[in-house]
Amino acid sequence: MKYRVRIERRLDISPSVQIGAVIFSLVCAFVVIALIFYFLGVDPLNAYRRILIGGFGSIYGLSESLTKAIPLLLGGVGLALAFRARVYNIGAEGQILMGAIIGGGIGLALPNLPRGLLLTMMFVGGFLGGAIWGFIPAFLKTRFRVDEVLTSLMLVYVASDLVKYLVYGPWRGPEQRGFPYSSPFSSSAQLPHIGITRIHYPTLIIALIAVVFVYILLQYTKFGYEIRVVGENPSAGRYAGMNVDRVVLFVLILSGGLAGLAGVGEVAGIHARLGPPEGISPGYGFTAIIVAWLARLNPILTILTAFFMGGLLVGGDAIQTALNLPSATIFVFNGVILFFVIAAEWITNYRLSLEEIHD
Amino acid sequence: MSNDPSAVLMKGITKRFSGVVANDGVDFEVKAGEIHALLGENGAGKTTLMNILYGIYRPDAGEIYINGNKVTIHSPRDAIRLGIGMVHQQFRLVQTHTVVENVILGSANGFRFREEEVRKKIEELANRYSLAIKPDARIWQLSAGEQQRVEILKALYRGAKILILDEPTSMLTPMEIEQLLKTLQRMTEDGNTIIFITHKLDEVTAVSHRVTILRQGKVMAVVETNKTDERQLANLMVGREVLFRLEKEPLERQEVRLRVENLTALNDKGLVALRDVSFSVHGREILGIAGVAGNGQRELLEAITGLRPLTGGKVWLGGKDISKASVRERVDLGLSYVPGERMTALVPNMSIAENLILKGYRKEPIAKGFFIDKRQLLQFANQLIREYEIATPGPEKPVKLLSGGNIQRALLARELSSGEGVLVIAYPTSGLDVGAIETVWRILLAQRKEGRAILLVSDDLEEILTLSDRVAVMYNGEIMGIVEASQENLEKIGLMMAGATRIPEEQWV
Amino acid sequence: MIDFLVSVLSLTIPAGTALLLGTLGEVYAERSGVLNLGVEGMMIMGAITAFGVTFLTKNLLLGILAACVAGGLMALIHAYVSVTLRVNQVVSGLALTMVGLGISGLVGKQFIGMPLPVRMTPISIPVLSDLPVFGPVLFRYNLLVYISIGLVPVLAYILYKTNWGIVLRSVGENPAAADAMGVNVFLVRYLAVMFGGVMAGLGGAFLSVAYAPAWIEGMTAGAGWIVIALTIFSLYDPVRAMLGAYLFGGVRVLQFRLQPLGIPANLLNMLPFLITILVLVLISEQAFRRRIGVPAALMQPYSREDK
Repeated sequence: MKYRVRIERRLDISPSVQIGAVIFSLVCAFVVIALIFYFLGVDPLNAYRRILIGGFGSIYGLSESLTKAIPLLLGGVGLALAFRARVYNIGAEGQILMGAIIGGGIGLALPNLPRGLLLTMMFVGGFLGGAIWGFIPAFLKTRFRVDEVLTSLMLVYVASDLVKYLVYGPWRGPEQRGFPYSSPFSSSAQLPHIGITRIHYPTLIIALIAVVFVYILLQYTKFGYEIRVVGENPSAGRYAGMNVDRVVLFVLILSGGLAGLAGVGEVAGIHARLGPPEGISPGYGFTAIIVAWLARLNPILTILTAFFMGGLLVGGDAIQTALNLPSATIFVFNGVILFFVIAAEWITNYRLSLEEIHD
Repeated sequence: MSNDPSAVLMKGITKRFSGVVANDGVDFEVKAGEIHALLGENGAGKTTLMNILYGIYRPDAGEIYINGNKVTIHSPRDAIRLGIGMVHQQFRLVQTHTVVENVILGSANGFRFREEEVRKKIEELANRYSLAIKPDARIWQLSAGEQQRVEILKALYRGAKILILDEPTSMLTPMEIEQLLKTLQRMTEDGNTIIFITHKLDEVTAVSHRVTILRQGKVMAVVETNKTDERQLANLMVGREVLFRLEKEPLERQEVRLRVENLTALNDKGLVALRDVSFSVHGREILGIAGVAGNGQRELLEAITGLRPLTGGKVWLGGKDISKASVRERVDLGLSYVPGERMTALVPNMSIAENLILKGYRKEPIAKGFFIDKRQLLQFANQLIREYEIATPGPEKPVKLLSGGNIQRALLARELSSGEGVLVIAYPTSGLDVGAIETVWRILLAQRKEGRAILLVSDDLEEILTLSDRVAVMYNGEIMGIVEASQENLEKIGLMMAGATRIPEEQWV
Repeated sequence: MIDFLVSVLSLTIPAGTALLLGTLGEVYAERSGVLNLGVEGMMIMGAITAFGVTFLTKNLLLGILAACVAGGLMALIHAYVSVTLRVNQVVSGLALTMVGLGISGLVGKQFIGMPLPVRMTPISIPVLSDLPVFGPVLFRYNLLVYISIGLVPVLAYILYKTNWGIVLRSVGENPAAADAMGVNVFLVRYLAVMFGGVMAGLGGAFLSVAYAPAWIEGMTAGAGWIVIALTIFSLYDPVRAMLGAYLFGGVRVLQFRLQPLGIPANLLNMLPFLITILVLVLISEQAFRRRIGVPAALMQPYSREDK
């Protein structure tokens, strides 16, 4: 009797398998990262300890983690929606930047309006900016069948260059002495914080509302049902008479808009001015992809994963200063975690089984 | 006949696929230099047998001898080495590449591409067998007939002496068919051996020397072509005692619920798939569309349900012209459809309940404004589960956990609950076990009694005859005729399925 | 004026070389049907590996070879995940880029500001390099530049005129057809993706060991993403890749020189990406798709049961 190991599609994906897979993948990720640290002469246990303490071990750390979690949450919940529809919006980073440009531009143009009005306009403008940046790949996909992965990615670099152009050029503040920053925002254009922390709570509230909105949309509405069907099995969607193009357009516009809101949050809530693109968003749009996937595309869970990744980012900053590591270190975390999250995807979809082979 | 060993000898070939016996102790022999036809309807086992010969499948039992030598064929590579070539029904060509590039793909002798040598060889072969082709033409520029020539050249280039063709004329124009048949004759004059799979009687009688008829996995007969006639062949192909396992009481049919008139449509390759198709389906009747798969049935179903645009003709649903209606409009007007590929009508990972509302989620009371009322959803789902006795681990569980029979129950439950009076259903019992088949048949007959108009497409003649009141036969995109579903008409149906006869429209039932 | 042109052109070619090397590799990878978004990570890992190994062993050749190995190994991981496990290619590539950026930053910390002990001197081709105008523009570069230019006709020839090339292209267009003719689709894809990784590593090595030469954190500065754009822009052809690489590279180099003429540098930088989007739209039209276009099976994992 000869046996062979076969890879076959798993039929029943129970929640326990899914959670198990996520935990397993995280554990694997942390083991691999520890190994990488070890081989590069960094003491992994020390590093992990500092990350934990830095991100979650103090009030300051927690508040910073929450602050970083805000754009990750807005981006992440939007991407969870898009990925549910099997629309791969890789351009969230660019959408964040466009939101920052439009929102920030409004703030710079109308500094003396009453605060409530101005901030509202900035958010609306930022949403529109990100939404347009999401609309472009959606349009190209529905009209020309061009894959959204490549177009949304290209637009990230266009947005980034646009920001650079503005802050080195027409929008550079006269008092900045040649540095690529706009004039500082007026106080009307700045978001309030909680106490002495940097948590710009209006954006946080918007983010939480977005989470609830997306959750209700997906679980309880007709259109959300269509989004889920189209994402799981597009031919069934067409068979049922659903308008696939409409789904694609909607999810890209919405996830783009939410990312745009994150951009406004960053410039109006943290920096209070426009600056070079890496300053506005150090890769939040890409980290949001991890946030969405780690949450298994469940909008409610993105709250947890966004906070987790935010803490990781803060912890990363902590070990940078403490252990004299370069800022790129955090990318190792992001990359390895993402890698194992998709490997977890594989574990949940397939399983190994033994079968007899007859000869 | 001489004492030379046969080119191909397959003895006692048996092959099972998850419980279904595709080939049952088949003996198949082809003499060198002969054109041998393999005739049968769908599921007879012809393609399986040839796939075994070409190394795509391994037989569960049996032996193969090529030119008198016992061989085992593990993969197409082995088959190619033994001089066997196969031209499939769906061409395996790279559209953007040239003829030359396609012919030599994977026949790598070395790294360099000896262009002159290759061209010469291709041109030689092309000339010898009248396979006129421009070596530098790109595949997308070629007609179906020309593409087929490339496939044949591919096999010949690798030294095939035994050539298998699977339904070779399904995509060809009459002129191209003539050309192909001439080519095949020329090839046998050179000592090549040709086996071709078909369900078309006129091809069998035109060129083959002998024909083996398969039915339900077994060899029915092996005859010399010039010693038989179409009627005998048709009978061998489809003739059987239809068991009529279920009682179908004769009912008086009601008014017309679905009508198609002069439908024409193209297939995915841009060729004509439907030619002037017209028929109507009444309430309290089942109209069965018989025919070998690939004769336009898929395109017909898609045209009726709105998944394929028409190039001519009209479709009426209960008196309303839906020819230009979208899929969604047709669904909302009550057109129910259970497709042959069940997975295009279901979302495997979503719950049973959510699948059950795939058609009805826009209607009250399940829909409430923008929202879906979950309680109503569950109630609706449970109701259907009870009514149709769907065995489930729970309505919230993913639908892919259900067995084939229960999936079909669920699909029927869904479609019959939201439809108004017309059901279009294709290959309803493919892949189901005997118990499930009977259940589905009972449901359909019960629906018929309640007044539904049912359009049934199937390649299983027993199913067609058991369930239908009338039978329409599709061949080459046309309706060859419509007759009453009875044992006496079986031969006529078989002839029509094989393209050998046609009934003028005035005589249709 | 001539001097201006000469100086511009002689800067363009080295500026485009890293892009060219990366693109040549990615063209092969995508021609086999696999999208590799990990190019940026592979390039920067190549850069740090080349710099680090050269610094430690004082041997340039070893450093460059090590860079190729580094890129190839990363590509092997990508191939395994994308081709064998058939998991999302996009995300796998992104993850590798992040990991590459991170590890290179970590490893490179110790090399910041350190000079390279061995220099790669430009090779002036005798006689030809003394020609007016053409001399400095074409014949005074270092070895890697010549290698990159030399690879273009070689890779083009392999792609279009050899059996290997036909197999590679067929796998990317219609893997089922190739499989039916006995081609090992998996093997072809693995090799193509690994070749892409090796070339990306080589491109990175060029940056750190010849072009700069130095190690700067994040020194690829998005070159990997430009490679992705260039691959499309060149319509998957090595010769057009060369022209595109010099065009894109030249734009980057020129941006500051053109400023006095009133053309803002950053808007100019946008142009390559916008043009790439335009190209994508054009080739999606049926008429083009049949002649030249994205390999039909790009991003589609292949498995025999899925037929």
